Amino acid sequence: MANDKKGQPLLEVEGLTISFNRYDRGWNKVDLEVIHFLDIEVFPGEILAVVGSSGSGKSLLAHSVLGILPGNANISGTMKYKGKTLTEKLRKKLRGHEIAFIPQSVDFLDPLMKVGAQAKGVKGTDEQMRRVFKRYGLDEKTADLYPFQLSGGMARRVLISTAVMQEPELIVADEPTPGLDLTMAMETLTHFREFADEGGGVLLITHDIDLALGVADRIAVFYAGTTVEVCAARDFQQGKDALRHPYSKAFLDALPQNDFRPIGGTQPYAGNLPEGCLFADRCPQRTEACGQDVPMRDLRGGKVRCAHAT
Amino acid sequence: MNRVKYIGSAALRMLLLVAAVSVLSFILVAASPVDPLTAYVGAESTLSPAAKAQIAEHWGLDEPPVTRFLTWAGNTLHGDLGTSITYNLPVGKVIFSRFWYSLALILAAWVLSGVLGFIAGIFAAIYKGSVWDKCLKAFCLVLQSAPVFWFGLLMLTVFSVLLGWFPLGQAAPMDKLEADVTIWDRLYHLALPAITLSILGIGKIALYTRQKLIEIMNSDYFLFAKARGESMKQLILRHGLRNVSLPAITLQFASFSELFGGIALAETVFSYPGLGSAITAAALNADAPLLIGIAIFSAIFVFAGNFIANVLYSIVDPRLKEGGYRA
Repeated sequence: MANDKKGQPLLEVEGLTISFNRYDRGWNKVDLEVIHFLDIEVFPGEILAVVGSSGSGKSLLAHSVLGILPGNANISGTMKYKGKTLTEKLRKKLRGHEIAFIPQSVDFLDPLMKVGAQAKGVKGTDEQMRRVFKRYGLDEKTADLYPFQLSGGMARRVLISTAVMQEPELIVADEPTPGLDLTMAMETLTHFREFADEGGGVLLITHDIDLALGVADRIAVFYAGTTVEVCAARDFQQGKDALRHPYSKAFLDALPQNDFRPIGGTQPYAGNLPEGCLFADRCPQRTEACGQDVPMRDLRGGKVRCAHAT
Repeated sequence: MNRVKYIGSAALRMLLLVAAVSVLSFILVAASPVDPLTAYVGAESTLSPAAKAQIAEHWGLDEPPVTRFLTWAGNTLHGDLGTSITYNLPVGKVIFSRFWYSLALILAAWVLSGVLGFIAGIFAAIYKGSVWDKCLKAFCLVLQSAPVFWFGLLMLTVFSVLLGWFPLGQAAPMDKLEADVTIWDRLYHLALPAITLSILGIGKIALYTRQKLIEIMNSDYFLFAKARGESMKQLILRHGLRNVSLPAITLQFASFSELFGGIALAETVFSYPGLGSAITAAALNADAPLLIGIAIFSAIFVFAGNFIANVLYSIVDPRLKEGGYRA
């Protein structure tokens, strides 16, 4: 699906690098680089799933698109929405309007405000709120509850309602399915699918690749703060040989329904990154060339950040 | 059910507190070099030792401390707190008549420090790191460390003596009859002592509100509301104030104890006829019944402040409402 859809991307992220200022011991100020030269694009009508293990910087990507990173974050690279550079001013205009965000947990709801009022936000109406709540199986009394009174699944549905309420063009969803039972999770993703089929774009951040594969058009594989591979979802379904990056292949191998086989080593820590390819120390195909900068390159209809991939 | 249980246990705790304060203050006064007899008749009295002994016997001063305490406690339970040597009036009457002056002063200072501190703290948090924020922080720290009596003297020097804007002290004009004193006269006389007393709390509440609001502004729910298109003003009004008010109000109620301590100094500096100047006078005149009476009264007052804060918290915070009352 992805390859037939070209034209102007809804969201373009190019060379995104995020680092945090931190004080080490004493007065030593260290720059902790958590996202490095990240490129992704989301086209209208598609779901791009960003998958990767925890700690790979997926949430930060979502937060940086919305412009809600903490003050000590340094951001470089470009981000464009419909071809226009996302400045703070443009973001202010788009937030809650064209770009919607579905956060990770119930902690993102104000603990002292009833969820109905929160779902409505400053831009929605009671009518919209009731309609969307109904669509997500939340009964009328839910609106009068406080966040701490919600069950995990209800909280998740309230969060999703907040995004749908405003009829956006781009949804950035950060782990929207944990806490939902399988039916509800599938239904949520189906809503995303419908939304995309109507021309919207979805940036779906998840670690649940099985669910993502069912609905996503393309998959971006995240490792240690950058994308190592971007490919069509069907490449994952076809198996290891259709994939490009050694990490994507290992990721697939480690899934329960496959060999459930983990690879040795751990993801490098942001403060202590190796030169060149970030995956090199765990990679079976490592050579001299991996110590150099490895750029993203096109390969077989996808993109890969590996010197050896064929 | 929960409410009854909570209030019952609070009442019990208050009784225990009052009992403990009574015993402690009685022990302290008994152990101090204060001799009630000398305090009563004066150091240079011409009374014969026999006459003094007679008075001592009449008062029960020759009995063991425990018996004396029990006699005193029994009388107190009947509402008789003894007679103040300083004012030559029953202690209950002294406390009651002066309490209203102190209450006005404490409430004025309490509201003033609460409102000003809260507003200042909110603006400091919104403009964190700005010149305004830095000035406010420095100002609060100076206020926090300035002694009340020194600040009171400073206010008197500047506003009463140099500028002549405010009266030099007292709670009403000296040249007016009690019946002629208007509410404006009283407020006019209350202004300087209230401002002086409010500096005790203003720095604390401002710094606390600032810190708490900064925390809230970094919270996930604040970020999410921002990501949903709320402007800074909406964010502060909808989420900031909502979440910062409760802890700030609680802190403000808890500051009752400091205010009560503060009136001793503030009222003395301004010759304001409240409990604070009474306790200073009582201490200087070795007026044991009045000292103990005020000690007990202030314990009740401070306890009430904290109690109100707890009840308020559980009524307003939905998370506590469901779980019942908590102290």
